[in-house]
Amino acid sequence: MNIPLSITKNIHDWLFEVMSAPVATVVEKVLIAVAFLGFFALAGLLLVYMERRIAAFFQLRLGPNRVGPQGIFQTIADALKLVSKELTGTVKADQFLYKLAPYFLIVASLMALSVLPFSKELHAFDINIGVFFLIAISSIGVIGILIGGWSSNNKYALIGAMRSGLQTVSYELSVGLSILTIVVLAGSLQISEIIEAQRNGWFIIQGHIPAVIAFMIFMIAGTAETNRAPFDLVEAESELGAGFHTEYSGMNFAYFFLAEFINMFIIAAIGTILFFGGYLSPFGITESIPLLGVFWFMIKVLGLVFLMMWFRWTFPRLRVDQLLTLEWKYLLPINLFNIVLMAIIVWLGLTINF
Amino acid sequence: MGYFSDIYNGIKTLLTGMSVTGKYFINARKEIITQEFPNNRDTLKMFDRFRGEVVMPHDENNEHRCTGCQKCELACPNGSIEIIWDRVIDEETGKKIKAIDKHIYHLSMCTMCGLCIEACPTDAIKWSQNFSNSAYDRTVLTKVLNKPGSKIMPGVKDKE
Repeated sequence: MNIPLSITKNIHDWLFEVMSAPVATVVEKVLIAVAFLGFFALAGLLLVYMERRIAAFFQLRLGPNRVGPQGIFQTIADALKLVSKELTGTVKADQFLYKLAPYFLIVASLMALSVLPFSKELHAFDINIGVFFLIAISSIGVIGILIGGWSSNNKYALIGAMRSGLQTVSYELSVGLSILTIVVLAGSLQISEIIEAQRNGWFIIQGHIPAVIAFMIFMIAGTAETNRAPFDLVEAESELGAGFHTEYSGMNFAYFFLAEFINMFIIAAIGTILFFGGYLSPFGITESIPLLGVFWFMIKVLGLVFLMMWFRWTFPRLRVDQLLTLEWKYLLPINLFNIVLMAIIVWLGLTINF
Repeated sequence: MGYFSDIYNGIKTLLTGMSVTGKYFINARKEIITQEFPNNRDTLKMFDRFRGEVVMPHDENNEHRCTGCQKCELACPNGSIEIIWDRVIDEETGKKIKAIDKHIYHLSMCTMCGLCIEACPTDAIKWSQNFSNSAYDRTVLTKVLNKPGSKIMPGVKDKE
């Protein structure tokens, strides 16, 4: 039995029926953009709520549970509060860059979201260099942080931004190399092909030892790239106030905040695509219903997001020198060795296939 | 070989830490320590050492243990306790002894230091565990600790 349920194709055909081709193209693009903006806001709010509840359970507290059932509307109320607040700023700030900085982060996060496949057909932008595109885009976000810290005319913000630049430049390398390890196994940079290659077993099983090592390095470096604890030197509360967004208030602050959580979602989604088969169901149990891919994708992504929250509430923050030692003395050499190991395994055909 | 043992130890300690917090997360439902205060006002019991206010326990015959020695009044650093006392004739010995008329306690001035309770030689006053004692009228906070018509418990005497 095969139930197609091709929603995107039906909407596409209907749009081109009722309008002329150029108008329909523009309308389609706008619809996709609105859908992604809506997803950005909703997923961000949901992740903030999830983080607060999970943090509470780790600390034997209850967390927000008053606004709506189990407090699910708490973050929406918080967002409404932030919208209503005044946008303050320092007098000597570089006004143009100061106002521009949050949008850099948002645009980078949204561009990275666009290549994520939520199911086989809910895939907005399937380019043949998808993984390369993701690596490239995810480093643009740090420009927003650097600009925000620089233009605030605040020493704490500047130190936070510089730390963020240092950290992202270092850990970008590990993220890229651990992704490359999987690209060696998949033999393609296109995201849909990487996922289809996992029909015979997810890459973390196919690639066994080097894939597990690559996954561990990816999770460590990914956590560092999203500037989350234990790598949150950027906004180390005890040292730098709020770090690079010290001078931001109201909605500008909320953009930074949401972008941080969406970046976490993106890192978890890349991990899901590369290691856990993306939208594929385990052992192909729901292969006849492609739309359930959304469900499996979200389950896996939220699992990895939970792992990152687990890191956050377990490990203490690293010092700057410890951060750099971890990257340059441990992760990078292991990673380079790991790529060679993976290449040998693929060459000799030692992968595990079902 | 220190390099590789460092990596091994690093991963091992990370997993140890994660297992500790993971256990807390799994058992979180059973051990949550948050009190949702205004909702559980009726059932909330404070712990034994909580200092709510000073009370004078009475037994079923409306008898207390206060001899009126005024040691609590002297011990109080800010005058929260006033004792109005009188001399009565002891029925056993026929001597005149002190007896309290009113043990007045100003909760509004009390800092909950507990010196009066430590000073009391006969354990007549102690801490109660009640809470949320604020009131709209200040006079409500001036309390008479001994109940009307109460007597001293037989056999409780000042230590000479």
